[in-house]
Amino acid sequence: MADLTATPTEAKSIARLEWLLVAIGIVGLLAAPFFLYPIFLMQIMCFALFACAFNLLLGYTGLLSFGHAAFFGGAAYFCAHAVKVWGWPPEAGILLGTAGAAVLGLVMGFFAIRRQGIYFAMITLALAQMFFFFCVQAPFTRGEDGIQGMPRGFLFGLIDLSRPLGIYYVVLGIFLIGVFAIWRIVNSPFGMILRSIRENENRAISLGYSIANYKLAAFVMSAALAGLAGATKAIVFQFATLTDVTWQMSGEVILMTLLGGIGTMVGPMVGAAFIVTLQNTLATSGFPVTIATGVIFMACVLLFRRGIVGEIYARLLGGSKS
Amino acid sequence: MTMIFGIPLQAFLGQLLVGLINGSFYAMLSLGLAVIFGMLKIINFAHGAQYMFGAFVGFLLLKWLNIGYWPALILAPLVVGVVGMAIERTMLSRLYNLDPLYGLLFTFGLALVIEGIFRYYYGVSGQPYAAPAALAGGTNLGFMFLPNYRGWVVVSSLVICLGTWLAIEKTKLGAYLRAATENPKLVQAFGINVPVLLTLTYGLGSALAGLAGILAAPVYQVSPLMGSDLIIVVFAVVVVGGMGSILGAVVTGYMLGLAEGLTKVFYPEASNIVVFVIMAVVLLVRPAGLFGKDA
Repeated sequence: MADLTATPTEAKSIARLEWLLVAIGIVGLLAAPFFLYPIFLMQIMCFALFACAFNLLLGYTGLLSFGHAAFFGGAAYFCAHAVKVWGWPPEAGILLGTAGAAVLGLVMGFFAIRRQGIYFAMITLALAQMFFFFCVQAPFTRGEDGIQGMPRGFLFGLIDLSRPLGIYYVVLGIFLIGVFAIWRIVNSPFGMILRSIRENENRAISLGYSIANYKLAAFVMSAALAGLAGATKAIVFQFATLTDVTWQMSGEVILMTLLGGIGTMVGPMVGAAFIVTLQNTLATSGFPVTIATGVIFMACVLLFRRGIVGEIYARLLGGSKS
Repeated sequence: MTMIFGIPLQAFLGQLLVGLINGSFYAMLSLGLAVIFGMLKIINFAHGAQYMFGAFVGFLLLKWLNIGYWPALILAPLVVGVVGMAIERTMLSRLYNLDPLYGLLFTFGLALVIEGIFRYYYGVSGQPYAAPAALAGGTNLGFMFLPNYRGWVVVSSLVICLGTWLAIEKTKLGAYLRAATENPKLVQAFGINVPVLLTLTYGLGSALAGLAGILAAPVYQVSPLMGSDLIIVVFAVVVVGGMGSILGAVVTGYMLGLAEGLTKVFYPEASNIVVFVIMAVVLLVRPAGLFGKDA
């Protein structure tokens, strides 16, 4: 039985390879705005953080949430409202968005962890859809228009975020902090217990862990980090709309993670970069994005379930177990 | 005018009828989901897309070949069922030995493709599809006015649900199906072709979705988005009912449709979230679902 969330063997060589990739990645991201369009790069970083946060739940705890758009888009709304209507500084808006997503995660997780597997997926989907309807009707989200034209402001009153490089390095900083937090969580004793739940839930129970609490904690952390990504995206694009809370967005983050490699640190980032690039390319070509997304989904599930990065790891380690 | 709880009786019954119509579609779709899940252990995310596909087959038959409602009532489920069987044979059948979540992800991708194709050609606006002449107009029941087509939908959905239930519980093929659900290896050893049974089951489930789609075409407009919004509500229905029993899925479908209709009378703002609220409450009180046997 091939498990959805099985990670490639975590050998030393992979750890070394990941450090090398991290070093190259950071240098590359520091230099990138001089070569590529900064908005595009920031979009990739926001979605990469979103996918990594989602992967914390799917890849390391074995829970497939079909409702992560609620946290991503919800945080964008909270942040946009605080910054535009209340006149909060951007850092406070982002914090509020993150905290709001964490609270949403607590509520949704409380219900969802009562069931497992596909039921868990369906419950998260249904609850996220409920939040979507709330966003359609609540006055503060301004319905179909969304919250538009929010000012970027000054981070800590110092850094001018309306300058392209200013906001770029701030977003890069947030991205790195978020990914570092996920890396710390995954490699902590807490993360080990999460993995044991993923591998064998009953055994984890028999070892005396109250797995419901661990699952809920993982769900809240994943929601908060997805919220951090969503709130940051709102600051970058200066708006928050219904698009980010739809079930299609929940599907997109699943696809990014699946395509890149479930249960790997780098995979979701690669997947996010791939999907965002693809969307931007298709947007000008007239070919419907939905069809492309669906075909990639089907191909991933049928042909390479380990994802791009997962397949590369498997090749590097020589063993090809499937 | 007669009043009930401070609401005119006419409006009350009218919303209840709308609820019953919605409930009929919830019941038919959750029935199909339960049939597929029972055999294949796969949640068919493409069910909403197949429902939309069924409606579009009816619409296109009329537009291109001038084939009307009654033949379409047979042809639409047939087309959707055959396409479903082809997909099961070529792709879905490769996923049976994997975690069931892969089936959910695959059919999600499938739903996006089907929906994307129709959206590409027909945009997001709805296309009208007229009810057949024999069912046009309405009947005055004395206490309320019943459009004939809506009555037809309620009756036929009851017949379809009951028929499917009987076919699975009382016929020989149904007995094979149930046996194969319990222990596929043993049934295979008895000389029954289980892979074919699986294909037929997926075909039957898809055809049920297609049939619901063509029934829905005159009630709602034929639109590429008609399935995706519905399927999420149906998922909530399935969580409430539990997929352990087919009858449970059907009964829950009607109940939640009626609950939605009642909410529209008393608190319209909450009408599109009431199903989800009920789902949350059921999860608190009875996590396994109302009719569920599994935890």
